[in-house]
Amino acid sequence: MILYNRFTLDNGLTVLVHEDTATPMAVVNVLYDVGARDEHPDKTGFAHLFEHLMFGGSINIPEYDEPLQRAGGDNNAYTTNDLTNYYCQLPAQNIETAFWLESDRMLSLAFSEKSLAVQRKVVCEEFKEHYLNKPYGDIWHKMRELAYKVHPYKWMTIGRELSHVENAHIDDVKHFFFKHYRPVNAILVVAGNVKTDNIKRLAEKWFGPIPSGEKYVRDLPQEPVQQEARKLQVEAAVPLDAFIKTWHMDARLEKGYYVADLLTEILGGGGSSRLYQALVKEQKLFSNLDCYHFGTMDAGLLTIEGKLVKGTGMEQAENAITAELEKIQQTPIGEAELTKVKNRTESVIAFEDMSVMSRANSLAMYELMGDAALMNTELNKYRHITTEDVTQHSLQIFRESNSNTIYYHAK
Amino acid sequence: MTLNRTITPPITDAVSFDLQLKKCNQYQLDNGVPVYSLDAGTQEVLLIEWVFYAGNWYEQKNIVAATTNFMLKNGTAKRNAFSINEHFEFYGAYLNRSCYNETATITLHCLSKHISELLPVVAEIIAASVFPEEELNTYRRNQKQRLEVNLKKCDFIANRLIDEYVYGIQHPYGKYTSTLDYDNLNREELVAFHRSFYTEGNCTIFTAGKIPANLDKQLNEIFGKLPLQQKTIPVIEHPLHPSTEKKFSIINDAEGVQGAIRMARPFPNRHHPDYSKVQILNNVFGGFFGSRLMSNIREDKGYTYGIHSYIQNHIHDSAWMISTEAGREVCEATIQEVYKEMQVLCNEPIEEDELSLVRNYMIGSVLGELDGPFQLISRWKNYVLNGVDENYFYNSVAQIKTTGADELQDLAKKYLNPDSFYELVVI
Repeated sequence: MILYNRFTLDNGLTVLVHEDTATPMAVVNVLYDVGARDEHPDKTGFAHLFEHLMFGGSINIPEYDEPLQRAGGDNNAYTTNDLTNYYCQLPAQNIETAFWLESDRMLSLAFSEKSLAVQRKVVCEEFKEHYLNKPYGDIWHKMRELAYKVHPYKWMTIGRELSHVENAHIDDVKHFFFKHYRPVNAILVVAGNVKTDNIKRLAEKWFGPIPSGEKYVRDLPQEPVQQEARKLQVEAAVPLDAFIKTWHMDARLEKGYYVADLLTEILGGGGSSRLYQALVKEQKLFSNLDCYHFGTMDAGLLTIEGKLVKGTGMEQAENAITAELEKIQQTPIGEAELTKVKNRTESVIAFEDMSVMSRANSLAMYELMGDAALMNTELNKYRHITTEDVTQHSLQIFRESNSNTIYYHAK
Repeated sequence: MTLNRTITPPITDAVSFDLQLKKCNQYQLDNGVPVYSLDAGTQEVLLIEWVFYAGNWYEQKNIVAATTNFMLKNGTAKRNAFSINEHFEFYGAYLNRSCYNETATITLHCLSKHISELLPVVAEIIAASVFPEEELNTYRRNQKQRLEVNLKKCDFIANRLIDEYVYGIQHPYGKYTSTLDYDNLNREELVAFHRSFYTEGNCTIFTAGKIPANLDKQLNEIFGKLPLQQKTIPVIEHPLHPSTEKKFSIINDAEGVQGAIRMARPFPNRHHPDYSKVQILNNVFGGFFGSRLMSNIREDKGYTYGIHSYIQNHIHDSAWMISTEAGREVCEATIQEVYKEMQVLCNEPIEEDELSLVRNYMIGSVLGELDGPFQLISRWKNYVLNGVDENYFYNSVAQIKTTGADELQDLAKKYLNPDSFYELVVI
């Protein structure tokens, strides 16, 4: 049970405080309700580029990192398709430094041309390092475009192409900032060796004066139900054939999400999972095989992906996967197997909750989903899933017409 | 009163903190296996690590140590690979294994309540792994395929080659794997290595988390009777054969858009008096986000997504390493900037303002790392395996607080001379 206090400032900023006296540290986590899904299709990669610019100086403070490091702190940030999250950790005595820094960059950035010019280059190198200069690095670019026709999940957070990042203009930066980086669109979580009264005072002092901003109302085109299977053949200079197939699954808060999450565990979670045992160990068709999803807020993709053992045909590999999926659709799974994946979920949650930083992050995430209290009921949602749920949802998800397949051939 | 946001709130200098390293409990099993135990944390979770002197330092033939370690989960006298995996996964536990140079480990993460179901199977793995031929064939084929993919990555190639240049291809720190090594493996070698270095090997156990009251008793019952610790660890010398050439440039992928840059020079291990002080110099140079290499090469020039320098974590000999992936057309410029930063550190003392920032940052990081049982035991493990004790911790902290700019400049002059560095670009 993770305890917290919640209050809202007059300008609409939501603040959560999680007290933990066992640590000498404090964590300040600021989540902004904006991700790559909120980008314009011609200006993709912007939310992530923006994350870099948040370290390029704010209106009153030329350098973000330096004063934080001087206070014994460290920080980082990440951008997903759904949200952007900034977090720092520092000795609890120095927590006001984090309030000073985070509130100033929420008030306004410095909008430095130099910072934009440099970070455009840095992000282009990040793009190259992770997506261009790696074998199979473009596989998710292609899969997203295949699986999503209208929803903005069709591009990656790094952006659809380098040119979008290269062409980012300072006016785009300003517009994006004042649209999304406002108190009313943010969640502040403070955790660690802190007292709520003091945090309330600091929050009012530093964040209270920031103009509220306009609530961003998300109105994204939702992906229509897919009507027929989509397939793509790719050839690239890679050493091995790779196979990837996705199926649309439910959004984060729907029951179907929790069942799909357990399904990925049953199929691909660890050395005793069904696909690994059948296709890597017994039939020896794949040299590695993964089954996963990204936990996205809107309807996501359940994915099976692997590299083929040389000599295996793509159809042969795909048929073997289909056969395993038919088994789970036609024969109810045993109670022991369901207990296994539930136990695994229980321990994943327990390990995640070990660090204060991770607890702060989760609180912000669940608050974004509607209520931080969801964090404490999550495990129960998994516990209530039955073997019938698994059968029913596997029938619903693993329909061929709901699928997107890429045969990624080695040249 | 309006808030003046240009004024920095007052801070407590982290260097004024009195850092205390939580003590580790220590006891021995009946067979002499030492156990280090750290009882801390709020979640009902447990980490247990079995460390064996079974790294590639002790193998006669390439990759025997790594393969033996990898295949620990692939079959015992009583269970096949599936049933071993299923057992741990049923209890939501993670059983991992890793092979390093001197040591190889088995690591268990689990909820404390399941521990008694899990320990006997770990003992089985240590005492009675069988290395089935079919499992070895599967491993061999899949690893060869994995290697083939990795060989397409410039960073993978660069990491292998730089170690070869520094230590020599015959040295445990410098050697690496070829597909031929997989073909040459045979089952009997694994069985023999397992017997010598696991079943009858030298083991140290580390435990951390919410420790159940009777864990010592359980460990003694299950592991205290195993034939461990009967022999002393063999003393093996591996001579260094560093490359005589210093500069290398390799095209691995003609179409590559980035180059992996590695620069390294030999450096002594942590028993050397310069070691702790150089950690401070390294932080200024390239050890954290605010370092000079990051500020110059990423934040000012935008040549790379990240650049880092560090001392390799080795027990015997070590190296000071600089590592980055930079745009293909700016690789040479990046290398020149690295040398330029070395030169500045040699020519000019670090100003007090920058040095105090680095001191505070380092102490703040140590404070953060003292938080949480798993991080603490990992620090203790590092000390135990490197033959140092808690004095090492207190000395390092004292060095961070007191080492002066003059001393750091002398160290820069001693170590950061471009001629002593190997230099490699892999595109």
